[in-house]
Amino acid sequence: MRFLDLVAFAAGALRGHRLRTALSVGGVAVGIAAVVALTALGEGARRYVVEEFAALGSNLLIVLPGKVETTGAAPFGGVTHDLTIADLRAIARLPRVRKAAPMAVATDTVRYRDRGRDVPVLGTTAEFIDVRHMEVASGEFLPAGDPDQGGTEMVLGQKAAFELFRDESPLGRVVRVGPYRFRVVGVLAPRGRSLGFDLDDVVFVPVRTAMRAFNRTSLFRILIEVRVHDEMDAAKRDVLALLDARHRVEDVTVFTQDALLSAFGSILRALTLALVGIASVSLAVAGVGIMNVMLVSVTERRAEIGLLKALGAADRQVLAAFLAEAVLLALGGGIVGLGAGAGAVRLFVEFYPSFPASPPVWAVVAALGLSVAVGVAFGVWPARRATRLDPVVALARR
Amino acid sequence: MIRLEGVWRTYRVGDGKVDAVRDVTLEVERGEHVALIGPSGSGKSTMLHILGCLDRPTRGRYLFEGRDVGALSEEERSLLRRHRIGFVFQFFHLLPRLSAAANVELPMLFAGVPREARRARAARALEAVGLTPRAGHRPDQLSGGERQRVAIARAVVMDPALLLADEPTGNLDRHSALEVMDLIEAMNRRGLTLIVVTHDPAIAERAGRVVRMADGGIQGAGIRGQGSEEVPSGRDGLALSPRPPAPDPRPRSGG
Repeated sequence: MRFLDLVAFAAGALRGHRLRTALSVGGVAVGIAAVVALTALGEGARRYVVEEFAALGSNLLIVLPGKVETTGAAPFGGVTHDLTIADLRAIARLPRVRKAAPMAVATDTVRYRDRGRDVPVLGTTAEFIDVRHMEVASGEFLPAGDPDQGGTEMVLGQKAAFELFRDESPLGRVVRVGPYRFRVVGVLAPRGRSLGFDLDDVVFVPVRTAMRAFNRTSLFRILIEVRVHDEMDAAKRDVLALLDARHRVEDVTVFTQDALLSAFGSILRALTLALVGIASVSLAVAGVGIMNVMLVSVTERRAEIGLLKALGAADRQVLAAFLAEAVLLALGGGIVGLGAGAGAVRLFVEFYPSFPASPPVWAVVAALGLSVAVGVAFGVWPARRATRLDPVVALARR
Repeated sequence: MIRLEGVWRTYRVGDGKVDAVRDVTLEVERGEHVALIGPSGSGKSTMLHILGCLDRPTRGRYLFEGRDVGALSEEERSLLRRHRIGFVFQFFHLLPRLSAAANVELPMLFAGVPREARRARAARALEAVGLTPRAGHRPDQLSGGERQRVAIARAVVMDPALLLADEPTGNLDRHSALEVMDLIEAMNRRGLTLIVVTHDPAIAERAGRVVRMADGGIQGAGIRGQGSEEVPSGRDGLALSPRPPAPDPRPRSGG
């Protein structure tokens, strides 16, 4: 029996019961639509997060003091050295490093006249704006120069600037942080949240001044931009080796942007798969629906099955014909569900345009594959019943 | 062409057993026209199913064109049915969702005949039964006689050697019944072996030979000239004149 003839024959049989066919197709469509919509949302969430991180720059290495893994050998022997500006200078001289910027962080109240605002104060250097790919909206960023120099310049995040100055231009104004006075030299362009900071609601000051003002001996982080993305691992090893040599013990942690990204990515993908698993339950229900319809169909069409056998249909052809019906039902449901799911996602994006939700290609392929699998899995048993039907008995009834 | 040797067919019913066919020995030559008659429950339907390779003897041998059907696999028997045997049923058994032409195409579908060839052969088969203008009609748009002619076209479209007709006129008015019988007898005259199961004496009359069944057995030996009634001129179409019906030992009821 030719494949197209088989499909045409099965389709013809399905056309004979339009309502029943439509309901079975609808059942599968609901399941597939759920799978498609939920994967699209889950994937959208993952992509949203990944894009957020990718905006940081994918050549980013982050150094923090202390070792993340607790190796148990000497509970009191582990001395954590400070991460210092001298370390920063040494790192910046490494050949694979394009730029390195320090971060020293404290939260304090920034005051302008009678207005005050508690914001994170980030001590850093001129390199920071390049390493983090940020832009200045007005004025300029911290001046380049010796990081040990200190200074009284301050750069405001967009939100911090608005909250402190409202409609006034902050450039050239003097603000106070505790006993220290700073002169505003620039305001950053809006940037949004990143790595746990709302970068619009921070202020930047020279790193040495920040460390002195907040009485810090160690940097909070050193951010490193590597020249070539392919050399990330080599650069990471360079930095570790350098700091090992300087501190005489491995007491820092270096991680890459990619490592963070893939950690988040895999968590969100696991969440997506969990959602899909839940949606698959409805597919299983739809499969049982198909099985039910096919069993009814086999019982109803005993005479037809007997006739087909009398006309010389082999058992496997009868099996194929009924299996094809089940698969057509499921595949039809799959296609309808795919359309409905994609439509629902599109509607969602209409309302939340910033959320990059769209069904990933693998989900589309998987949805169609899944629907065929449902058809086969739940169609085999009814089809086998059709095959086992005794043609003599089947023909005796009319 | 057909040879049954001591064939039994036993069904298990509850705890007991029923011999639907008991110890039948029968031979049918190529091109014969045989009527299988007998009252309801005499085993003639079971015989027909065995002859059509839809059922297998419990005991005994059935040789179809020299092959032992009992030893064939289900697959091989389906091939035999597909290519060598045509069926015509009392209730036509046309698929209601398919047009007359598509019904005739069915056996070729399973044989994997390409679409164009299928169309052409179905058209020829319908032409042979005089239904070319009704080819696109569905069964519910056809009269009983037309439906049975479609079924005949379907039965012979694969050019079989044997045509098995189970009460082919049982659901037809007298006029349609005559048309249908004329049609299959004309095919018989061109060499198609014809076995008609009937309890209508007028139909049985027309056969070249009448095999009478009762209680699962054949009355007489079932071999030509040995017990079964012979109508010598049947194949020449001269037996169409009515003869007095053979006495039936049992009261008749529906097939």
